[in-house]
Amino acid sequence: MSVHASARERRAGLSLLAGTHTRYWLLIAPALFMLCVFYIYPIGRVLWMSVTVPAPGLGNYELLATSASIHKMLLTTARITMVTTVVTLILAYILAYTLVHSSPRTQRWMFLGILIPLWISVLVRAFAWFVLLRRDGLINSVLMSSGIIDTPLSLIWNETGVMIGMIHYMLPLGVLPIYANMRDIDQRCIAAARGLGAKRFEAFRRVFLPLSLPGVVGAGILVFIFSLGFFVTPALLGGGKTLMIAEYIKVQILEVVRWGLGTMLAATLLLLIGGLLAALSRLVNLRKLFGAG
Amino acid sequence: MSTNGFGNISIMTRSMAWLIVCFLVLPITIVFAVSVTDKHYLSLPEQGISFQYYEKLFTSGPWMTSILQSFVIACASTVAAVLLGTLCAIGCWRLGNRASDFVRMLMLVPIMVPTIVYALGIYQFWIDLRLLDSYTGLIIAHIVTGLPYVVITVSTALAGFDPRLEQASLSLGASIGQTLRLVIIPNIKPGVISGAIFAFIHSWDELVLALFIAGRAVFTLPRRMWDGINESLDPTMAAVAAVLIAITVSLLCTDAYTRSRRA
Repeated sequence: MSVHASARERRAGLSLLAGTHTRYWLLIAPALFMLCVFYIYPIGRVLWMSVTVPAPGLGNYELLATSASIHKMLLTTARITMVTTVVTLILAYILAYTLVHSSPRTQRWMFLGILIPLWISVLVRAFAWFVLLRRDGLINSVLMSSGIIDTPLSLIWNETGVMIGMIHYMLPLGVLPIYANMRDIDQRCIAAARGLGAKRFEAFRRVFLPLSLPGVVGAGILVFIFSLGFFVTPALLGGGKTLMIAEYIKVQILEVVRWGLGTMLAATLLLLIGGLLAALSRLVNLRKLFGAG
Repeated sequence: MSTNGFGNISIMTRSMAWLIVCFLVLPITIVFAVSVTDKHYLSLPEQGISFQYYEKLFTSGPWMTSILQSFVIACASTVAAVLLGTLCAIGCWRLGNRASDFVRMLMLVPIMVPTIVYALGIYQFWIDLRLLDSYTGLIIAHIVTGLPYVVITVSTALAGFDPRLEQASLSLGASIGQTLRLVIIPNIKPGVISGAIFAFIHSWDELVLALFIAGRAVFTLPRRMWDGINESLDPTMAAVAAVLIAITVSLLCTDAYTRSRRA
């Protein structure tokens, strides 16, 4: 780097390295300015309001310990997020595993099947599930007319519906990190294990699985934090009955107009995700995980 | 990549994988069936198919207004996000020190923070600045939340760009501006284009901010779809969904086709 820099200095006659640096900072400045003024500052206000509205102090945070309805909502959020993450990871692992062991042709088709939902509007996907899962929706009418059930199953406006919709949303996001990691596993390791007498399952369990874990951890973080603050699908398929934290916050602000409570929950969510990412940043390269290798 | 020393995987795993792909794709297709219903409520067609809801969609004032508004907002915020994000990524790449690494990490924050948290903050801020329910307000919010996608894709493209080309250009007497325009940008064009696509889709599909900071004069397409699903009875919503899916799939197929031709 320093060699390049000196060549540039000589050429520009700008013998000051700082001068060149300033020019590159000018490229960064507009975006940085926008981000600080219109993103970081508003978020700072949310944190500030959580300890100043309606009265200065930690009164809002006390509600975390005392309010029964908040407890219920937090438990619902935790349960749905956990189940969604675990199921998504299992399904994503099977998909990624099959992908790395397929011919390029099969891979192309499978990827198409994974990418199409990824690119389709989240509202459209929630709507499709809404049509399928309703009380008089397609799944219930097929099951009833074929005589398998007498009364319609309640598949929507409860946790089941929210989880189905969320797993459907998260799955493509989960597959990609796991696949990227599996692709880099040196297949000769497995061949060696087999050559040394390991059974097929043994070779998988003791060699392939441990090697693929970093991808699973990465995908897990991604799915977990996206699920935690997810609004659209839980709100549409939960129908106001199964409240997760994001929708709960929206109700506090837009309907009940309790800024103190709403900003406190938003701040809690932010700190939770921030803490989680900070703790895991030693384990996983976050920049790579979010796509910026 | 081909099959390898590990041998073929079992039929069971393979069929499970295809079942999962079906779980991903099939539910979406229901939208097409419902959109051609002959009834006046959300249901499968019974007597025959009818395109009345497509006709209704394309002649409906509110839906067309929302589509137009969303398109304008998405275009404006994409152009700004691509411009700012590309310059920022190039600056960070060229500096390559701790400070610029920090900036690049900072640029990812809007992806990591749930939109609902940001929505509260920008709602408050726009109340002060009187930007609620305005194009400007929504466009700015979409620019800053769309920036990460551009920074990511452009940074990735830059990682594969040979810095010596830039030095060659500078040492042959080009200014930084000329180097940017004539050497760097053309070389990272694929990254810039994917960044633009991501930023556009981000804005086009964004609901949470639209719920908080717009809702009367500015009523974007996701906002109208949100109302459409919550009121739930009008099959026009299915026609909208079907059109959106068709557009997405044809774009994806075009992309796959051009890639395969290039390869």
